[in-house]
Amino acid sequence: MTTASTHSEPELVEFDDVVARFDPVLGIEVHVELSTNTKMFCGCPTEFGAEPNTQVCPVCLGMPGALPVVNRAAVESAMRIGLALNCEIAPWGRFARKNYFYPDMPKNFQTSQYDEPIAHDGFLDLTLDDGEVVRIGIERAHMEEDTGKSLHVGGADGRIHGADHSLLDYNRAGVPLIEIVTKMIPDTGARAPEVARAYVTALRDLIKSLGVSDVRMDQGSMRADVNLSLSPSGSGQLGTRTETKNVNSLRSVERAVRHEMSRQAGVLDAGGEIVQETRHFDEATGHTRAGRRKETSEDYRYFPEPDLVPIAPSAEWVEELRGTLPELPWERRKRIQTEWGISDEEIRDLVNAGALDLVEATVAAGASSQEARSWWVAYLAQQANTRSVELADLAITPEQVARVIALVADGELTNKLARQVVDGVLDGEGSPDEVVAARGLKVVSDEGELIAAVDAALAEQPDVVEKIRGGKVAAAGAIVGAVMKATRGQADAKRVKELVVERSSL
Amino acid sequence: MTAHSAERTDSGGVITRDEVAHLARLARLAVTEDELDTFAGQLDVIIGSVARVGEVAADDIPPTSHAVPLENVFRPDERRPGLDQAQALAGAPAAEDGRFRVPRILGEEQ
Repeated sequence: MTTASTHSEPELVEFDDVVARFDPVLGIEVHVELSTNTKMFCGCPTEFGAEPNTQVCPVCLGMPGALPVVNRAAVESAMRIGLALNCEIAPWGRFARKNYFYPDMPKNFQTSQYDEPIAHDGFLDLTLDDGEVVRIGIERAHMEEDTGKSLHVGGADGRIHGADHSLLDYNRAGVPLIEIVTKMIPDTGARAPEVARAYVTALRDLIKSLGVSDVRMDQGSMRADVNLSLSPSGSGQLGTRTETKNVNSLRSVERAVRHEMSRQAGVLDAGGEIVQETRHFDEATGHTRAGRRKETSEDYRYFPEPDLVPIAPSAEWVEELRGTLPELPWERRKRIQTEWGISDEEIRDLVNAGALDLVEATVAAGASSQEARSWWVAYLAQQANTRSVELADLAITPEQVARVIALVADGELTNKLARQVVDGVLDGEGSPDEVVAARGLKVVSDEGELIAAVDAALAEQPDVVEKIRGGKVAAAGAIVGAVMKATRGQADAKRVKELVVERSSL
Repeated sequence: MTAHSAERTDSGGVITRDEVAHLARLARLAVTEDELDTFAGQLDVIIGSVARVGEVAADDIPPTSHAVPLENVFRPDERRPGLDQAQALAGAPAAEDGRFRVPRILGEEQ
């Protein structure tokens, strides 16, 4: 193998040009850290963010004579993930040692599964933004353990390049990990970046619904590696793939695929060869850079783990676990769609806006689905956008939104006032009722007060009064506006209009 | 995608210097030219001896990975006391900031 093509920076090819001339082939590996109480092979806790090396024991530190024992809950979680992905569960399988020499595992090997994964041959259906359904084949889901965390000291920005030495924290070493590997995903063309993102999103939602992991990409409890190769359009020849590691957000998944397509096309256009290697995604630039030359499978010297006995799930155990699967995301969408009587497109919009959970919770708190949807996808989505936060991170709870909706329904607030109440809640002024009280936002329902305001406005614009008397009811708008202004928008505009007509004809 | 075709090194053959050099590189061991010859010869003897076991195994005897016929040995997902930081680091040649300190061993990131 030559190293030349990894080090020279190729010209990036425009994305449209890439897809006009090449067929991308995707493959995605996702690692999910299980949220079990303890590690895969020992009773150490798995909490995120603990002091370094305080969640360790002789087993996960790889000390001589320590004997690992498999965590039953982790095996059940693995099987549930496999079942939810429509996989076959292997009736018999072993763990294997994946041998490599890097200090992130103190044992000098990682306990994994090799050619006997616990789950294999499944699929996951994705719905893209425009409603197209893509079926992603799942090759396997296997159990392994996470590695420790390395801190590189002395180099620039914590990278090993130029570092003087490294510091290891083994709290994470041995945390149960499920690796889910897709089959090759061909024929996605220009939609490859979108499909990659949609797959990781769907997988995240699925695993979240199973309650087996918190799937926080920002905390590393879910990590995606993106494999990509290009083949000249229609050639049917498989290109050499690269693997972009640890892509840590949904957006980055999309960007990494897009960039790697442009980069590989550039290398191929320049007559170069794609080198099978690991690449790293740089969040700041959106580019990938060359990492370690990939060891071959043979280099890992996999062999069956002698310290762990085989796992042989009985058919009864598998069926029992199948029975524990909760309502899965697509089943839930179908149910909600029926309950709320909304179209495919409407439910998709809710899902894409990240609003489904929020709307459902708002409905659960007593709001009508129509009102709840309208608030979340319109005004609140707009506020989230203005404030540059995710919808779910807005400082308002579904219960509070439901309360605002109830206040409007009871005639206590107009829609306009309701928006001011929501603004107040978002600005941290308290609950909807507190904001109403503090800002004095109640609808002016005192008829006497309203009449006085209407009469005052009429007195100021006698010409308008003449027009109304002459039958031009539309002219009442000017008076209504003046009254709304005088009451700081806190009057019911419909009632004001009635009063204007009534009072002007006296 | 993880390659998982069941290709393994056939250990029946002769261990070459190149193979020893490759293994040494994977293991990040500095091995001299002389040592390559020494280890190739020694490893060859070891592997040859172990390979003789295969000569007595009939075709109907599957490879054995576990000496004891046990399956499904699990532990409940319950915490057990482990080591504290000082205990964990007690045997480490070097430590810093509560972490194991190791020399930089690779010129690239994993």
